[in-house]
Amino acid sequence: MATSISPDAEPKGIYLDNNATTMVSPEVVETMLPYFTEQFGNPSSLHRFGDKVGRALKQARQQVQALLGAELDSEIVFTSCGTESDSTAILSALKAQPDRREIITTVVEHPAVLTLCEHLEKDGYKVHYLKVDGKGRIDIQEYMDALSSNVAIVSVMWANNETGTLFPVEEMAELARSAGVMFHTDAVQAVGKVPIDLKNTAIDMLSLSGHKLHAPKGIGVLYLRRGTRFRPLLRGGHQERGRRAGTENSASIVALGKACELAMANMDEEKTRVRALRDRLERGILAAVPNCFVTGDPTNRLPNTCNIAFEYIEGEAILLLLNKLGIAASSGSACTSGSLEPSHVMRAMDIPFTAAHGTTRFSLSRYNTEDEIDRVIEAVPPIVAQLRKLSPYWDGDGPVAEPEKAFQPAYA
Amino acid sequence: MWDYSETVKEHFFNPRNAGAVAEANAIGEVGSLSCGDALRLTLKVDPDTETILDAGFQTFGCGSAIASSSALTEIIKGMTLDAALNVSNQDIADFLEGLPAEKMHCSVMGREALQAAVANYRGEVWKDDHEEGALICKCFAVDAVLIEDTIRANGLSTVEEVTNYTKAGGGCSACHEGVEEILTRVLAEQGKSFDPTAAPPPPAGKAKLTNLQRIRRIENAIEAIRPNLQRDHGDVELVDIDGKNIYVNMTGACSGCQMASTTLDGIQQRIVEDLGEFVRVMPAQAMGRPA
Repeated sequence: MATSISPDAEPKGIYLDNNATTMVSPEVVETMLPYFTEQFGNPSSLHRFGDKVGRALKQARQQVQALLGAELDSEIVFTSCGTESDSTAILSALKAQPDRREIITTVVEHPAVLTLCEHLEKDGYKVHYLKVDGKGRIDIQEYMDALSSNVAIVSVMWANNETGTLFPVEEMAELARSAGVMFHTDAVQAVGKVPIDLKNTAIDMLSLSGHKLHAPKGIGVLYLRRGTRFRPLLRGGHQERGRRAGTENSASIVALGKACELAMANMDEEKTRVRALRDRLERGILAAVPNCFVTGDPTNRLPNTCNIAFEYIEGEAILLLLNKLGIAASSGSACTSGSLEPSHVMRAMDIPFTAAHGTTRFSLSRYNTEDEIDRVIEAVPPIVAQLRKLSPYWDGDGPVAEPEKAFQPAYA
Repeated sequence: MWDYSETVKEHFFNPRNAGAVAEANAIGEVGSLSCGDALRLTLKVDPDTETILDAGFQTFGCGSAIASSSALTEIIKGMTLDAALNVSNQDIADFLEGLPAEKMHCSVMGREALQAAVANYRGEVWKDDHEEGALICKCFAVDAVLIEDTIRANGLSTVEEVTNYTKAGGGCSACHEGVEEILTRVLAEQGKSFDPTAAPPPPAGKAKLTNLQRIRRIENAIEAIRPNLQRDHGDVELVDIDGKNIYVNMTGACSGCQMASTTLDGIQQRIVEDLGEFVRVMPAQAMGRPA
């Protein structure tokens, strides 16, 4: 039973894994390059080598400020990545309010928040993990019940990285403010894809990561609303007004500024063209493949993300066959992660494991074309069919009758 | 992604013996809890010779699960059931030119499907005898259940002991936090608490010994050599240790022996090996002289 798919992929490939990381825009690369060579100076230095760099950082800070709709550029703190921003926000809130020993978050957060919270539990903190329903939505009543003067911080993601589902963070931030609780959002997936206007929200802190919006890896931002009580994670220098010590990663900061400017300019394209491509891909696959469905909340999600569960087959196998054709996507399957843990997001939404293992995420960017999408629509159905032929849950053209009963392996 | 061998990829892209065998008279259905993969193995066995005439697999799983299933069927076709039962998961992994540590359970699943199919043929009920937990040590593929069981069975209380018994933590040491957490949990159940300072750090490598440990180790090395010297009616005693210089007295037949300097070299080599650092062993008469 040899595969019928020939490896005639083009060398460039089709990249539909933009929620994992993105290509650095050529304009961004061009903007940052001088900061490795003639503009190598330390922005803290008085002399002319540092002076221009200092001014470039100021401009970058304003470009980030504009994309986030922050009131002041001093509210932008450059960090090394989204994870550092998340850790800084949560640990700062705990340190600044030692009497408050509780945290509110959700079961579907990114490990950057979830793993930190689990670790903090070992130190005696109480963490409220808000549950989600089958579409990945939280129960706002459960959230309100958890808010109290014991809570140091609420940390809730703006958009889910696996399904793209959006949480009502602006509303949740208002509720937190009314209860006198700090509010942080991990907006790593949302920034650049959905409009954000922080000055008109009650959000106190926000994390973003450069490499998710066509800037390089190794640069992030913590938005810190003016007046929010703060304790730095890294001390040891006056950089970022003493809120994040360490010599500035000037080339990457300049790059992130440029990337934010481009994201701002392309925001409408995300909402229109990228969304249309995503919808085309989703419709094409759903029409051609039996026994598959979209996970998360299709009516309220990022415009670039589509997560489809292919029942009775496994995600890593799908990815390997896609990769052979030069198509890059990702999966919630246990076997694709180093930890062998199935996706906590799919488990939280109660997706049956015969479907959760076959979840495949396609995440687009403004660099994708209609031709690419059409080629993916063509490639997916034969791959799914080929793997189903090997599956003990599948027989001919459909699943076996009562699949969970027909095949009951002894698990060990 | 995973670093699969060419053979794994080949068996995944072109699986052998996929699908159920017609007229199968031995069926094994097993799954792996650690990742949710599952496999149905169907065999056609010659009732007279117990030879496996044909084998087929149906797998719900990742690339290496499919490749392991394919490899298994290739290995066992033509074997007798008894011979097939001797196929280990390592044989499956070797056939595939290796599997990543995290994926070894795929080969275990293959072996278990085979055992289940043979039991099914013989009218027996196959019972799985091992439980698999979360992978803790990636260097040596040791899971949490094995570590926990070993701690209980042997009353272990330090990370070093866990490494000695299971190899877990003996490689890159990145999993020591995980091992400590298991120790903390198991010891707490026994009403004890985990004490990270209970054991000295492992002597291997560049770990620095305390003065006392270093002196003891030198004494032990010399004690170990003495019986050899005593057989020749000689002996040696430690006089002093001054940084890298170790002073000894050669007594008995060794005293004045023409081979004394060779013997000193032997003692020095032994101490160097035991300490993991370079030292000079010299006769006590040399004390106080500039080195």
